[in-house]
Amino acid sequence: MSIIEIKNVTKTFDEKKSNIHALSDISLSVEEGEIFGVIGLSGAGKSTLVRCMNLLEKPTAGEVWVDGKNLITLSSKDLRLMRREIGMIFQHFNLLMQRNVLDNVCFPMEIAGVKKREARERAMNYLRIVGLEEKAKAYPVQLSGGQKQRVAIARTLASNPRIILCDEATSALDPQTTGTILSLLKKINQEYGITIVVITHEMRVVEEICDRVAVLDKGTLAEIGKVREVFDHPKSNAAKSLLLERKIEQLGVNTADGI
Amino acid sequence: MPNLGIEVLFKGTNMARLLGGLWVSLRISLIAVGFSVLLGIPLGIIMTAKSKVIKAFTRLYLEVVRVMPQMVLLFIVFFGTTRIFGWNLNAELASVIVFTFWGTAEMADLVRGAFISIPKHQYESAKALGMNSLHVFLFVILPQTIRRLLPLSINLVTRMIKTTSLVMMIGVVEVLKVGQQIIEANRTSSPNAAFGVYGTVFLLYFIGCWPISMLSKYLEKKWSNT
Ligand SMILES: Nc1ncnc2c1ncn2[C@@H]1O[C@H](COP(=O)(O)OP(=O)(O)OP(=O)(O)O)[C@@H](O)[C@H]1O
Ligand SMILES: [Mg+2]
Repeated sequence: MSIIEIKNVTKTFDEKKSNIHALSDISLSVEEGEIFGVIGLSGAGKSTLVRCMNLLEKPTAGEVWVDGKNLITLSSKDLRLMRREIGMIFQHFNLLMQRNVLDNVCFPMEIAGVKKREARERAMNYLRIVGLEEKAKAYPVQLSGGQKQRVAIARTLASNPRIILCDEATSALDPQTTGTILSLLKKINQEYGITIVVITHEMRVVEEICDRVAVLDKGTLAEIGKVREVFDHPKSNAAKSLLLERKIEQLGVNTADGI
Repeated sequence: MPNLGIEVLFKGTNMARLLGGLWVSLRISLIAVGFSVLLGIPLGIIMTAKSKVIKAFTRLYLEVVRVMPQMVLLFIVFFGTTRIFGWNLNAELASVIVFTFWGTAEMADLVRGAFISIPKHQYESAKALGMNSLHVFLFVILPQTIRRLLPLSINLVTRMIKTTSLVMMIGVVEVLKVGQQIIEANRTSSPNAAFGVYGTVFLLYFIGCWPISMLSKYLEKKWSNT
């Protein structure tokens, strides 16, 4: 069953000189329980597409259906409730610097009206899931990038989401830390059945955790399919050139290792 | 040891007069700071608006304040307007008006700067957590803005206190003016009084401003890595 359906979505930004067509007539769906990747060159519209999935960006035309509801027709209150089902994590972790880790995780729950005690208990549980329970009293400045991203994941989990959108969630991290965050996302997906959408410019991320992938090219959908199919037999030029880059990167790494 | 001319301060009520003068300076600056903060914060928020008209007007105001020496502003308000409108503006009130006019502009610019320095993704991640605009503003944006704002505005306060020494030019008897009077009155008995008196005035300013300035340094350092 599709949990997210994007129907003929177009997004145009009105700029002074010319209009930017960030997305042109895109239709795709994300299945419940899968990890769905979105790749494309810089400026292809990846972030815009994913931000349409929780309506941080309102499409110029088209419909966005999540969990059987058309987001565009929701009242702003219902949209806020809906957004709690759609977690989002960013490249910048966006933690509150003046609050410790535990309070960062509790804070959205408290705003949502969860009692303080219950919020704390739940927060500790989510911190355990992301492997940071011993850092509960630490402040964000005392954490590494990977740890901050874990806190952001725990904070998102705290609103019991059915979907988590990740916009370049590992782009600020080194390869090894990226690996640990990816396995955490995979674990969350498998153990809690949370659907995950990842935007990335790193092909490796897609290969490691995604079931299906969409390739965007200048605001259009160039290709979509199972990761193995797209990566082994790319049909679109956009996919071919992205994969070529990946090949060259790997070759570079291999020769470097050889020497 | 040379005569430092400090003894005049212990003659009669001289020390009390000097402290009284300091109080006048502080009073003017504190009242002006109070008004500047009250008016500057909303103005700064207004300045973040996208409207071109608002931008043009606030820009003009800011430039006028920046370009014009405070002393000229004092003269215009005190001497200029009293002539033209024939009212009787008390010098201290004129000073408060001028300092508020200046402080509001600076404060508003600091507020504007602090707000626009908050990156867009901060608003977005808060919204994505399901918060409404008021919550986003109160719990996410405002605390970060205040942290950026506080050290800078404390710095503005010390600049305002210092600049109050100009108000003696329009006849307000503040600390520096009292100092001058004491020196003049003791010209023959203690010819070296200038050193002692001005030295004391310096110390008084230092005692007034230094802790404030240290506080701002401390806050800046404490919050810099966020
Ligand atoms: N708020 C905005 N206002 C104007 N133009 C925008 C805005 N957001 C995005 N765009 C434009 O829309 C296009 C797609 O941007 P988007 O951020 O979705 O690309 P992306 O694929 O995420 O790129 P990157 O890999 O660099 O993050 C770009 O040309 C961008 O300049
Ligand atoms: Mg992007």
